Amino acid sequence: MSLQVTDLRVYYRTLAGDVKALDGVTFGIADGEIMGLAGESGCGKSTLGNSLIRMEGRMRHVGGTVTLDGVPLPIDDQADMNHFRFAEVSIIPQYAMSALNPTRKIGKMVGELVATRGVRYHDIREELERRLELVGLARDVLDRYPIELSGGMKQRMVMVLSTLLDPSLLIADEITSALDVSSQRAVAQTLVEFRDRGFVKSMIVVTHDVSILYQISNTLAIMYAGKLAEKAPTDVIMSRPKHPYTRLLISSLPEIGVRFEEQRLTGIPGTPPSLLNPPTGCRFRERCPIAIARCTDEEPPFVEVEPNHSVACWMAS
Amino acid sequence: MLTLERVSKTYKVGLFGGTDLAAVRDVSFSLQPGEVISLIGESGSGKSTIGKMILRLLAVNGGAITHDGTDIATLRGSALRSYYRTVQGVFQDPFSSFNPIFKADHVFGLIRGVYFGSASTAEWERKLNDALEAVTLDPGQVLHKYPHQLSGGQLQRLLIARALLLDTRYLVADEIISMLDASTRIDVLNLLGDLKARGLGILFITHDLSLGNYISERTVILRRGRIVEMGPTAAVFGQPLHPYTRMLIASVPRLHEKWGQIDAGVRAGSGWAPAPGERCLFHAAVPDGGAAADLAGLAGSGLAELEAGHFVGCVAPTADGTCGGRSASAA
Repeated sequence: MSLQVTDLRVYYRTLAGDVKALDGVTFGIADGEIMGLAGESGCGKSTLGNSLIRMEGRMRHVGGTVTLDGVPLPIDDQADMNHFRFAEVSIIPQYAMSALNPTRKIGKMVGELVATRGVRYHDIREELERRLELVGLARDVLDRYPIELSGGMKQRMVMVLSTLLDPSLLIADEITSALDVSSQRAVAQTLVEFRDRGFVKSMIVVTHDVSILYQISNTLAIMYAGKLAEKAPTDVIMSRPKHPYTRLLISSLPEIGVRFEEQRLTGIPGTPPSLLNPPTGCRFRERCPIAIARCTDEEPPFVEVEPNHSVACWMAS
Repeated sequence: MLTLERVSKTYKVGLFGGTDLAAVRDVSFSLQPGEVISLIGESGSGKSTIGKMILRLLAVNGGAITHDGTDIATLRGSALRSYYRTVQGVFQDPFSSFNPIFKADHVFGLIRGVYFGSASTAEWERKLNDALEAVTLDPGQVLHKYPHQLSGGQLQRLLIARALLLDTRYLVADEIISMLDASTRIDVLNLLGDLKARGLGILFITHDLSLGNYISERTVILRRGRIVEMGPTAAVFGQPLHPYTRMLIASVPRLHEKWGQIDAGVRAGSGWAPAPGERCLFHAAVPDGGAAADLAGLAGSGLAELEAGHFVGCVAPTADGTCGGRSASAA
């Protein structure tokens, strides 16, 4: 196991009380695994990604542990965590376009960044240029300012930069959402290539777009209202989803070839519950077509029902 | 009928507006009541500019947009107001379309003030309830609420209801699904389908090919302000004629088919080009470049009709309007 997350709880402090954005999340990622993480907005998927690298001020680590390659990550200690950031855990942020320092030439910025991890720019320059070439950037981008690069070029620059020190875990947070379909595909395939070349050991790809994840991820985790609903190998979850939420989510996605006149898709009625005071029992039960009395009283545990296939639903096992 | 005839738009960009940016070039198509046309393009293709020109939020630089034969650029005063009675728009971000300090139904009040000043309260409420019912919203659940108390799908439906309050015949829907969650976006999309069945003409602007394919009868593919392909949705997605369309369709992530299985010969990445030796279908059909050809009134628009209603543009138009692809294939 490259990454092991056990019963992680992260709450947001607000005036109204704690928003339980991550409420007991347990999963593992194997070496070389790309895990896709999907769910509706506000389900906690970005919170999960962020809490593995940097807790915002409003976020509070309430419980649970995170281990990376056998070493516990001090996720609630900003200073301690700094030893792991960039070198062991790295992130490609959602707005890569604005992630580069506009006042520095890119090469200089890279130099300053690796220096903070005790690496000399001179030593890494050759590898950097090789990787720039891999994503189709000329080496002279290093002598340019970010403003001289197009959005797509900046995105690729940030991808190379985030993975420059060969981190063990890479978190990609909605990095394809703002892109056109053709560049979306290029970016997604670059992620796979980075993994194949060993630039990163394992990866969490956070997005609301399940179809992108189907293309690139090995396993798929579906989140709902601060908890994991289901995790399984991508092919398994797409062909035989066990959680009713996953089933409804997949069947609500239009695909090329599906036409309104011929086959009318339906959404999922209702809205997710508030995470300020989440209901007891199963959090999906109010929107669930197959809910039983037990779902109101008891919370379904997230358990492995088949090898590598975990579900939190009373009706699944 | 809402008709665009060789519409062009040039933006002044750069310091002191010294540079011209041609955002839309020679775009011609028409929208009838009761049909959905999806206008598909990547960012910068001019798709939103076209929507804004139809809504008269932007002026047209060349060509004309006509509504039942009247050039909309000439509309003033009450004529413009009656145009807005029939043509309305809904935009991408429902969260920023509302003023957060007013209740969400404040937008209906604004409409009432401008268009229904003489209507009695009972009459107005009946109209409002009809509009809300058309977008499958329960008036009790959404009226007298603030925007932050409603979900994105509800807000977007409120905006569509606002557009429908008038005698709306045409709706410009600019990326209205993009900000919504997967579980609710299909419901808003189905709503457009139901409104179409009731006679509304919808221009569905999107970058998402699978959404356009799902809802529309006709598809217009834009690239850098030009139409590269246009036709019945089944034909454009089933037998795409233009290499750019083929590249776009091959790039769409699918749910049950991996990218590697779809593309034979389509190159990955952001670049596309006609394959070596590829014939330019447009120039094969219209050897003189279409200047003299009169194809369904599309003369000079750079489109050739290869099948009934299925148009394709030049594979590689150069700046002077000649075909870059033809010389490439000749070589």
